[in-house]
Amino acid sequence: MQFWIIQSLNSLALGGLLFLLASGFSLIFGLMRIANLTHGAFFMLGAYFGASALRSYPWLNFWIAAIGSGLAVAAIGGVLERLVLRRLSEKPLGQVLVTLGISFIISDACLVVWGGDPIPVSTPALMRSPTFLFGFAFPTYRLVLVGLAVVAAVALYALLDWTRLGAMIRAGVDDMQMTRAVGIRISRLFTAVFCLGAGIAGMGGVLGGPILSAYPGLDADMLPLALIVVILGGVGSLVGAFIGSFLIGFIYTFGSALFPDLAYVILFLPMIIVIAFRPQGLFGRRPA
Amino acid sequence: MKTSNVFALETIRLCKQFGGLPATQDVSIKVRPGERRLLLGPNGAGKTTIFNLITGDRLPDSGRIRLFGEDVTNLPTHQRAHRGMSRTYQIITLFPHDTLEHNVTLGLLALRSSRWNIFQPISKDIHDEARRVLSLVGLEHLADRPIAEIAYGEKRRVEIAMALAQKPKLLLLDEPLAGLSSAERKSIKSLVASIPRETTILMIEHDMDTALDLAESITLLHYGKIIVEGTRQEVISDQRAREVYLGH
Amino acid sequence: MKRIAFLSVLVAALFALLPLFAGDFYINLGSQIMIAAVFALSFNLLVGYAGLTSLGQAAFLGLAAYLSAWLTTRAGLGHGPAALLSILGTILVAAGFGLIALRASGLGFLMITLALSQVLWGLAYRWVSVTNGDNGMTRLSRPQPLGISIDSAASFYWFSLIVTLISFILIAIFVRSAFGDSVTGTRDQSRRMSALGYNVWLIRWITFIYAGFWGGIAGLLYVYYNKYIHPTSLSITTSAEGILGVIAGGSGTLVGPIIGAALVTFLKNYVSSYLERWNMLLGFVFLIIVVVMPDGIVPGLHRLQAMWRARK
Repeated sequence: MQFWIIQSLNSLALGGLLFLLASGFSLIFGLMRIANLTHGAFFMLGAYFGASALRSYPWLNFWIAAIGSGLAVAAIGGVLERLVLRRLSEKPLGQVLVTLGISFIISDACLVVWGGDPIPVSTPALMRSPTFLFGFAFPTYRLVLVGLAVVAAVALYALLDWTRLGAMIRAGVDDMQMTRAVGIRISRLFTAVFCLGAGIAGMGGVLGGPILSAYPGLDADMLPLALIVVILGGVGSLVGAFIGSFLIGFIYTFGSALFPDLAYVILFLPMIIVIAFRPQGLFGRRPA
Repeated sequence: MKTSNVFALETIRLCKQFGGLPATQDVSIKVRPGERRLLLGPNGAGKTTIFNLITGDRLPDSGRIRLFGEDVTNLPTHQRAHRGMSRTYQIITLFPHDTLEHNVTLGLLALRSSRWNIFQPISKDIHDEARRVLSLVGLEHLADRPIAEIAYGEKRRVEIAMALAQKPKLLLLDEPLAGLSSAERKSIKSLVASIPRETTILMIEHDMDTALDLAESITLLHYGKIIVEGTRQEVISDQRAREVYLGH
Repeated sequence: MKRIAFLSVLVAALFALLPLFAGDFYINLGSQIMIAAVFALSFNLLVGYAGLTSLGQAAFLGLAAYLSAWLTTRAGLGHGPAALLSILGTILVAAGFGLIALRASGLGFLMITLALSQVLWGLAYRWVSVTNGDNGMTRLSRPQPLGISIDSAASFYWFSLIVTLISFILIAIFVRSAFGDSVTGTRDQSRRMSALGYNVWLIRWITFIYAGFWGGIAGLLYVYYNKYIHPTSLSITTSAEGILGVIAGGSGTLVGPIIGAALVTFLKNYVSSYLERWNMLLGFVFLIIVVVMPDGIVPGLHRLQAMWRARK
């Protein structure tokens, strides 16, 4: 029983992290039609920023480090978008290849700067002791992580549904030509969304730190998971990213625990099943 | 041997909605073999949508489509071509970097089993046939030029040539006169008029004046519904037809 | 076609002379270029001719390599049957992957091919009992085609030269066949092709499988050359190097990918001698090529040639 509960919590925590990663990817793809292959690297970069900051300045508050890293990665994302991606606005293939190239640069740069050894991130002090619920001891941080993912989901939902920025994003996702025709400054919108996506991913890297730590190859581990979540949940759909993230979180965690050798293959089965019946993903609108 | 009861094309209560907006409402059309039918209507009347349903680019929400008596409602687009259906597009969709001859060749190859040959190039007789088709539309002198280099009116003629090359039983022409000068319109009109009766023609146009002499019978559409149907005379003199075009 | 065959045999004969002049380092470099060339040609079938951008060709290279390695070491098969089964296995997996990936098009297709190849990569890492994980499978042997040993640098070079020549000619035949014309047709106007009567999905699926086949051939050459296989062969970096070769040389041409592959291989070898930062350089080269020379070198040269002629 203990096994199932612990693994379920791990699944939820992983799902939460995946949501932080996949939501940004899905937004960027949905609005800008860019499959941002740098997304895994953004996550890793954020993790490294946070991990090294916390290591060098132990008095630094964990949450401030997370937010700071998120902002730093958002800024880097913004620069990238304006300097490079914008030049290729008519060439989706070029954009994808460029994001691939940038991911290589970032991951190698991380290796140069921080070396080959993983940098652990300690759990914030307040959350080190387990929480007792229903007679079981739960790692507190993982509970918090799930909560944070839900908060992020609600915040993103609120952003999309209640703010002007959100309305513009939704309009752009639905019908880009019309949105332009109505006079909305697409270029600024794109930069804003790219920064938002990158920032959430970067922050997610730090928040995932206590569980995953920062290590070379983190980007390559996370990117395929983000891809599978988005393919399964449907591109451009926040609900799809949410449900997909937790679904994959469960499948991957239980799969890894029960069949460690084949965890990756188990991941891919739900993706195949979903694509076979609904190529646009569970909640996607456009055919992929 | 055809029984005279079989329609070349029959649509039965076709309906199609796009996200809540009805594009096609309960459209039932019967086209006899050899007929020249015009689908007329102002922009947005749903004419191209009906074409797309007939060709299989889109699936209807409800209703059926029969091609020479055979129910093709759920048949994939490419198989409809093998049943004798050919179409042209409103926007030129030719292969821009290829020569005129190659474009028509692709049209000819499509219906032959040699299209699956992974060892041998397209045979010479198909190339010769393509040139013959191009000469029928008066474009043989441009056969070796890439599509991108010829005039718009000539491109339209290539589109029609490509469709005619397949010797279709049903030819769907989507706004064949769009964007053409009056001289070019005349040549396209005479080309269409010269198509033999073995080919049934269903044509879309939104401009009443230019299209009328090509059609024997007209189906007038508005907001996805059939308003009037009949011979040229019947439709022109119909009050409802005038109403549809008053705000045009 | 006869002209292409004649010219390519001539060029191959010329390159066959290399071992007479150069030392082992350059001979091995030549072998590596040819492996990269076959891989790039396989990629180009999808990217350049079918208009399907995949980032997952490494899956087939690595799969064939691992299958061959496993069949010869763990299952004790001879190289002949092992090669056959490896390619067969690769073709089957390509058929399966194609069924899944072709449910989407454009960027969706790209993401699915990437996800699928990453799954194989993850499998190679985790399934340690079969693949030996991060340690890779070592001390593999090379086959002896027709009883001739290809263990020396020169003999392997000639072996891969012959394989590359055959693959080039077969791919050229494919691309210029009637079917090949239908493939480029689906790249340029897929809706029109459907309306004309072509089964666009089937055309794409067959091309995908064929590309997988040649990726597998490249994989066999790869594992024979290195006598070692590691999960990185299945990684996105391998796919990236392949696609870089295609776009650098010029997609949609027969010769472009070979030239591009040669350049990428040269670059990789030189960088490895001086720095460890190949990945970073690869990333920068991607940026430069995509932004500055998106059509690649071969079309770029054609354009220069045309400009030169116009000036005269």
